[in-house]
Amino acid sequence: MDWFFQQLINGLGLGAIYALIALGYTMVYGVLRFINFAHSDVLMLGAFSAFYIAPKIEKVFGSQSVLACVMVFILAAAVCAVIGMTIERLAYRPLRNRPKLTVLITAIGVSLLIENTAQNERVLGSAPQAFPQLITERAIHLGNLVISSKDLITVLVTLVLLGGMWFIVQKTRIGTAMRAVSFNQQAAALMGVPVNRIISFTFGLGSALAAVAGILYSLNSSIEPLMGVQPGLRAFVAAVLGGIGNLPGAVLGGFLLGLLETFAGGIEGWSNYRDAFAFGILILILLVKPAGLLGRSSVEKV
Amino acid sequence: MSNVRRSGLPLTQSATLLTVENLHVSYGSIKALHGVSLKVPQGSIVTLIGANGAGKSTTLRALSGLVKPTAGSIHYDGHEVSKLPPEKVVSRGLCHVPEGRMVFANLTVRENLKMGAYLQKDRKWIAEQTDYVFGLFPRLKEREVQSAGTLSGGEQQMLAIGRALLSKPKFLMLDEPSLGIAPLLVKTIFQRIVEINREQGLTILLVEQNANLALDVSSYAYVLETGKILLEGPSAVVKADPQVQAAYLGA
Repeated sequence: MDWFFQQLINGLGLGAIYALIALGYTMVYGVLRFINFAHSDVLMLGAFSAFYIAPKIEKVFGSQSVLACVMVFILAAAVCAVIGMTIERLAYRPLRNRPKLTVLITAIGVSLLIENTAQNERVLGSAPQAFPQLITERAIHLGNLVISSKDLITVLVTLVLLGGMWFIVQKTRIGTAMRAVSFNQQAAALMGVPVNRIISFTFGLGSALAAVAGILYSLNSSIEPLMGVQPGLRAFVAAVLGGIGNLPGAVLGGFLLGLLETFAGGIEGWSNYRDAFAFGILILILLVKPAGLLGRSSVEKV
Repeated sequence: MSNVRRSGLPLTQSATLLTVENLHVSYGSIKALHGVSLKVPQGSIVTLIGANGAGKSTTLRALSGLVKPTAGSIHYDGHEVSKLPPEKVVSRGLCHVPEGRMVFANLTVRENLKMGAYLQKDRKWIAEQTDYVFGLFPRLKEREVQSAGTLSGGEQQMLAIGRALLSKPKFLMLDEPSLGIAPLLVKTIFQRIVEINREQGLTILLVEQNANLALDVSSYAYVLETGKILLEGPSAVVKADPQVQAAYLGA
């Protein structure tokens, strides 16, 4: 039983990060119908932003203070929002009326460009660097269970952001416009919705979430320019699993994948096969529900 | 026909809300419109009829800025609007209810109406106009919190018209409001169109394949064939034209 709850806690921490990243994939897919492969690199840039911002902030607000930590998150998210919107403006918007495949290939190109530029020694450099200790590592003991303060914060931050996202998308004017644009851009334009600005906002929002995910992901590891590839790929799979384009689906898929991976990895002798196990289950689910768990096969009334 | 002559102004400028001259539109190498010209007087219902593929929808799409004309001019309410993007066109009160209705199926009826009012700032006006729309189409009020995708075709058409009314139109373009809708609802919708024209003083350009219906509610008509205006005239005259009767009215 202890084993189960321990894996559950670890899995939720990992799943929370996947969920945050998956939201970015699924939101962009929602408005533009393509997979933004550069999203995983925005995550990496978020981690590096925090890496460079943190020492300066901690000088002012004190090391490992709550305020400093919050500031680092917000600033890194802001930097990434700008990066995400810039990528959209420069690389994707000129291709707005081109076939989706063209945009998809461009996204792969942008991803490779960022990764390889970043690896240059004059830019970020390819050597792994230690990520600053933003949060005091503390183990919280609950009976036989150990919850790390980092996992706890990861889950809490994610829940707050998910709540915020739900509010923006469901309750605000711009969120309603996002949903309208994702359903039909032309109809939205006919209502006076500035479609390009809404798309730009969507990229900004998704990229800010990726930055937060990047920081949370780095709390337990070092950072390097290719660090986004693995979590990015998993989050993409999570988004597909939940039903690409569906926001609650991305969250569900993220948590599910995190849990599957952790549980599979926690079984004696299975840890080497955790990916095979997790992805095998994914394939099974998609065989049964090709549109994803919460995805609806699109039936429209004509 | 309200060709009221204002003192000091030449007749051609009198109360014409929309003047389209020599409009050309191409989709790639395919020419859809070859020089369409038409005029819509303020406060009137004008119809544009024609067969499938004649260019009716393309004309409306060019007017609302969804496609850019390759040549020609669109003069609306004293301004040239042919180069404006759709969101700027609608902000001037030129609103387009597109073919196939295009309601946001993933949004509720209420949210669809809110999107219609996207550019409107005056909350009081929005509330009053929403009530007006609900009065016009009580079905929408009943289904206010339902997602638009669950509505019938006729109800979706009502929603599409209601949504456009919340964009504060001066000029409403309706593309095939009768298409794929139960005959009883078609009658209701056309009654409402006439009502909107009278009560809100709205100028309407109506595109229809159902020429009989369109000619009955309009005062002036244009017949479009393969991207050109074939003939035009007061609707009663057009309806009596033997050529039109043979080709479009099934007489």
